[in-house]
Amino acid sequence: MTEPCCIVIGASHAGAQLAVSLRQQGWEGRILVIGDEPFLPYNRPPLSKTFLSGEKHVDDLLIRPEAQYEKVAIEFLLGQRVVEIDRHNKTLTLSHGEIFKYDKLALTTGSRVRTLDITGSDLRGVLYLRDINDVEQIRHFVGPNKKAVIVGGGYIGLETAAMLCKLGLAVTVLEAGERILNRVTVPALSAFYTRVHNEEGVQIETDVDISGFGGQNRVQEVQCNDGRVYPADLVIIGIGVLPNTELAEAAGLVVENGIRVDAHCLTIDPDIVAAGDCTNHHNAFYQCDLRLESVQNAMDQAKVAAATLCNKAIQYNALPWFWSDQYDIKLQIAGISSGHEELVLRGEPESGRKFSVFYFRQDKMIAVDAINSPQEFMIGKQIISKGLKVDKIMLADSSVPIRDLLQ
Amino acid sequence: MPVVTYISHDGAINDVEVASGTSVMQGAVDNMIDGIVAECGGSCSCATCHCYIDDAWMDKIPAASEMEKDMLECVLEPESNSRLSCQISVTDELDGLVVKLPASQF
Repeated sequence: MTEPCCIVIGASHAGAQLAVSLRQQGWEGRILVIGDEPFLPYNRPPLSKTFLSGEKHVDDLLIRPEAQYEKVAIEFLLGQRVVEIDRHNKTLTLSHGEIFKYDKLALTTGSRVRTLDITGSDLRGVLYLRDINDVEQIRHFVGPNKKAVIVGGGYIGLETAAMLCKLGLAVTVLEAGERILNRVTVPALSAFYTRVHNEEGVQIETDVDISGFGGQNRVQEVQCNDGRVYPADLVIIGIGVLPNTELAEAAGLVVENGIRVDAHCLTIDPDIVAAGDCTNHHNAFYQCDLRLESVQNAMDQAKVAAATLCNKAIQYNALPWFWSDQYDIKLQIAGISSGHEELVLRGEPESGRKFSVFYFRQDKMIAVDAINSPQEFMIGKQIISKGLKVDKIMLADSSVPIRDLLQ
Repeated sequence: MPVVTYISHDGAINDVEVASGTSVMQGAVDNMIDGIVAECGGSCSCATCHCYIDDAWMDKIPAASEMEKDMLECVLEPESNSRLSCQISVTDELDGLVVKLPASQF
């Protein structure tokens, strides 16, 4: 009898963790990770930061070096795309027709950028930022006194704006909504980031309706419906991501804004798990369905999924958290703030670069956004996950050490 | 290549070679040592790579930044020798370094 084989589709952060966790949890069979990029799994967060700046190289981004995977017999098939999963015969097919048999399957297919298909979006210099290849292309257009226009005032757009500004480019951020970070945070934070970017020399425009990109062969300007025109040597579009769920859907798995998984990261097929950006799970803490785009979710779900494949029943119940580095500002977010009824501000968002916002629903803290306030983040995380009651007046008083709230 | 000794909360000892310039955190992740989670990949954002530096090595390691100090004050079971292992770069001088890993990160 041949040894059982687990195939992981997606050499992503979740895929890397899942493969390693499988070994750690005692999976003795074959482990094969298939990825469509030519690289071993790597850290994406530095792409918009230290990789864009050139401080970090591809090898520095790798989650683990090749030799370490070899040591524990984790195999990779890179630069290959899976085009079909046959659940009945438990096989999958690559784009060039090769067929692999699996006993267990893990989907860690991640997400891809949402594209903007308008006039001129195929011009040279109109780019996205999701993978190593994207950043290597962006680098060709980077130089002092060049003009960059960022389309989309979300975290990726703002982090990229901050780094390009540091590299000496004149940077303008164009946001379709009435404020940057519109979808993800409250007006106080949007106003704070607008102020900081302005102080650093980045121009931020809101309520911008882009009609197209102009230029001969390469992009020269961004055109708006109201007639405004922004000159550009480089355009980076950062308007969100979409989960890669087509394979799962075609295989008959349940897909509802992500591949539906249960608390054990199992799909409706007992031999198929899924983890990371591509999944949607019911979150017990927030009592809603969530599709999270974060390293934390990728790693924690991967560990749960691996345990499930090894017949160990553990449940996913980690508190979501996120971070963003821009200039000298570290934003740390714990929890999900949507649906909050009340917020408590600690510190001054209007001046300086240090404050935090705590979100409450029915007197229960559900999230914190901490700007250069690691203690507020760390303590907030504890308060939220343990469901502790806190005195909001003390919380709002930044002269009271945050740790005193735990006593 | 410098050798770093990682001691798990249950006493398990792992001696591994870690290249100079690599962080103590990355050394553990590369070698699949449980007890260092390192969710943020080394950007001093998550405090899931907390470790205790063996007393003999404390004065050979550069001091923590304000950001790191703030985070360390709020980790579970902080001690005077607590550090975030992502912020410690291994050098030839640190050959033989011994770090202990907290139970909370398993």
